[in-house]
Amino acid sequence: MMLADIGLDTLDDLFAAVPEALRLAGGLDLPAGMSEPDVAAEMERLAGLNRAGSDLVCFAGAGAYDHEVPAATRRLASRSEFVTAYTPYQPEVAQGVLQALFEYQTMVARLAGLPVANASLYDGASAAVEAVNLAVGAKRRQTVWVGGGLHPHWRQVLATFAAGTGHRLVDIPLRDGVTDWSAAPDGEAPACLLVASPNYLGAVEDLAAARAAADRHDALLVAAFDPVSAGLLRSPGDLGADVAVGEGQPLGTPLSFGGPYLGLFACRAEQVRRLPGRLVGRTVDREGRPAYVTTLRAREQDIRRERATSNVCTNQTLIAVACMIQLAWLGTAGLRELALRCARGTRYAREALLSIPGVSLLASAPTLREFAVELPVPAQVAVERMAEEGYLAGVPVGVEGGVVRDEGDALLVAVTERRTRAEIDGFAACLEKVVR
Amino acid sequence: MPAGATSPAPGGRAWSAPLSGRHHEPTVFEYSSPGRRACSFRTTGVPEWDPDELLPAEHLRAEPAELAEVSERDLVAHVTRLTHRQYSVDLGAYPLGSCTMKYNPKLCDDAASLPGLTGVHPATPAAQAQGWLELLWSLSDALCRVTGMHAATLQPPAGAAGELTGLLLMRAWHAARGETRRKVIIPDSAHGTNPASVTLGGYETVTVPSDRRGLVDLDALRARLDADVAGIMLTNPNTLGLFEEDITAIATAVHSAGGLLYYDGANLNAILGVTRPGDMGFDIVHMNLHKTFAVPHGGGGPGAGPVAVSERLAEFLPGPLPSRRPDGTFEWRTPARSIGRVHSWHGNALALARAWSYILSAGGDGLRGVADAAVLNANWLRHRLRGVYDLPYDRPNMHEFVASTASLKKQKGLRAVDVAKRLLEEGFHAPTVYFPLIVEEALMIEPTETESLETVAALADALIAIAGEEAGVGESAPRTTPVGRVDEALAARRLIPTWDAAVAAGETA
Repeated sequence: MMLADIGLDTLDDLFAAVPEALRLAGGLDLPAGMSEPDVAAEMERLAGLNRAGSDLVCFAGAGAYDHEVPAATRRLASRSEFVTAYTPYQPEVAQGVLQALFEYQTMVARLAGLPVANASLYDGASAAVEAVNLAVGAKRRQTVWVGGGLHPHWRQVLATFAAGTGHRLVDIPLRDGVTDWSAAPDGEAPACLLVASPNYLGAVEDLAAARAAADRHDALLVAAFDPVSAGLLRSPGDLGADVAVGEGQPLGTPLSFGGPYLGLFACRAEQVRRLPGRLVGRTVDREGRPAYVTTLRAREQDIRRERATSNVCTNQTLIAVACMIQLAWLGTAGLRELALRCARGTRYAREALLSIPGVSLLASAPTLREFAVELPVPAQVAVERMAEEGYLAGVPVGVEGGVVRDEGDALLVAVTERRTRAEIDGFAACLEKVVR
Repeated sequence: MPAGATSPAPGGRAWSAPLSGRHHEPTVFEYSSPGRRACSFRTTGVPEWDPDELLPAEHLRAEPAELAEVSERDLVAHVTRLTHRQYSVDLGAYPLGSCTMKYNPKLCDDAASLPGLTGVHPATPAAQAQGWLELLWSLSDALCRVTGMHAATLQPPAGAAGELTGLLLMRAWHAARGETRRKVIIPDSAHGTNPASVTLGGYETVTVPSDRRGLVDLDALRARLDADVAGIMLTNPNTLGLFEEDITAIATAVHSAGGLLYYDGANLNAILGVTRPGDMGFDIVHMNLHKTFAVPHGGGGPGAGPVAVSERLAEFLPGPLPSRRPDGTFEWRTPARSIGRVHSWHGNALALARAWSYILSAGGDGLRGVADAAVLNANWLRHRLRGVYDLPYDRPNMHEFVASTASLKKQKGLRAVDVAKRLLEEGFHAPTVYFPLIVEEALMIEPTETESLETVAALADALIAIAGEEAGVGESAPRTTPVGRVDEALAARRLIPTWDAAVAAGETA
């Protein structure tokens, strides 16, 4: 009937504009469709081939942490009004998403100790890329100093995108686990210093020293922070950072095999015109009632097109909403308690592991939720054997030329608030057996 | 904590007044009251050291970061009220052109919620994550079959990230041949992310105009092709909803000049099972799984923007990639000349799992049916609007078409934005407005395949009725939404990005 309405005979007639030579003969080379229960069974089969949860007790971190995601966060963030909405281009029917993002921005700004936060970026690495691009644009310089403790994957992503933008990344080596800014090379002044604290090895860096080094060169300071550690640690803004970035996964998002995660991004007011991604602002409607809308849209790529300084046109709204809910669920005292519980478990685990003969710390800098140890056997061997015993023992790590790498003989171990004393004791006993 | 028998439940007022009504919902910070909390933690038995026994004092914050102090009941009521102020696909039709707001089957939600998927750490050794590797490998394989390409990366977390990845692949390919080319051609109808991605890819944008048909002007394209052109970015069908009929000639011309063809997969929905970018001559294809493959948009992300390439570009793909060993097990492998990672881990994995469950559900025939229904709905709607709205390119379209209020604006001042706001009152989401830029007062309409004839007909009736209204009616719309027309200029002039800024500006709870 619909075909007849528009004067066509067959469905194929709809595609008359597609040249005959380009038509796909015989249809797509894919299996036939499956019923819902059959799809569910196949997805269950795939899920069953993975080991997780109590079957593989998680002591791995490296930027992805096994924190509790409570029922309230899971249930609320999976409401279909959030899940199946589009980007809030029509604010009159998108106040729910917009207000949730406004509350998220407020919480991220408070954690970062900076006045403005955007509505999120893709992940921690993308937030770092955008921060570097902001600094390069603001300072009109082409060199970026990167602390040797930055997440190796982030460092790789920075290098991938620098191939297009053309700026140089200079690694500043670690000394005993934290960046040694005195080892920075002479030469062109950097647009920014990028340093993670806690860094990949779990070490809390001296951001005041980084700020001083930045000041010597009139450079911006970009600090990558951890939003859970922020419950105990001084904020990046308090310590002088111009831009704070971070991976928001630890607040409300399950491990999810690495995504979707959440790029946190906050900055000082003077950088707001260069802020990448979406920004929600509070305003009023025609009758003067409070209302929310994406604002400073003139920054965005769909308007600036080839003059844009970022091509990011979405964010991770749903993950940001989960983060906001999680932070509200934790509350002021709860975030501090969460960080404290991580730090307690980490200290307990560190002491347990160091009591094993042949196990030593890779660096002595203070740590909160994660630490690296050298073992009598290569970390890869330990991880494989520990998996057989039901533990995800950690992530292999190395330091080469003062820069952390995502492979090596040392083991990076993370302890969240979920790990019990019994689990840690079992983990240490098992590791002792494995490295013997 | 449940309320005890002797004390009331903690928390503030729970009320249902804003049910789609016109009551303002306070922020979570305004519900905050000292001492209230929702959280609880696992009993661990770990010694309860104090902070100063754990970390040097100079690192510790003096005061806790202030968030909100609310009971779980308060939090749930607040967030639930927010959801009542939000339009969504689950609620109704969303004919946003080029956004492909199709219904997202619920089975995909369940698939992406399996603990055996959500609970897996991304650094889990491949031997303990075989299900994930198989899923990702299978999805890559299927996406290559759909697009006619050779290999794919699933890392790009969004369409724009896929675009930039594609341009960096283009750059690496030319560099490997010892060539430095500086320009990338895009049509004047291209999505706004295209030129932005070109800039970030280190290239200059060269714009090629559309001809009277709304298609790439082939002569103008040929005039722009030279040894400095790295490639062209095309959406096919383009943003006018028109299939680039000369695509084979375009591909030949670009390839002859030593350039590559990049396919912006934003509009892939229209050609599923009908034709493939690989067969058209494209070298690099990005896909928006949040459009074509039913990953829900999440209010603006997370999406997923995988990139597939022809054989000659496969060695440059970001890695690591899931790979199948001869014994049927899976491992990670990084291509020989990889441009490097574009994501912290393996991409938006749970979005990828949703897409895989959608593909399993639809199958090859089902995907072809998607294209049939999407194109039929869009053509039917265009026919209904003929003679009411301007149709600057009134010819058979694919999944979407562009109408305009240019004549209605002259007659009685009806602008595209007014139509958009009136549609909100009629229970529909608005189409994309003022895009593509080459059409004045543009309404870009994509009904998608998941809306019924009844729904599409009701949308047509609403659009026709709005066009027939007296002058000025649209200007006061929307009046039945949770807020009226929002003052966007004020938001930009007096920036209030946080509740703290609102308080500083004099607003009080």
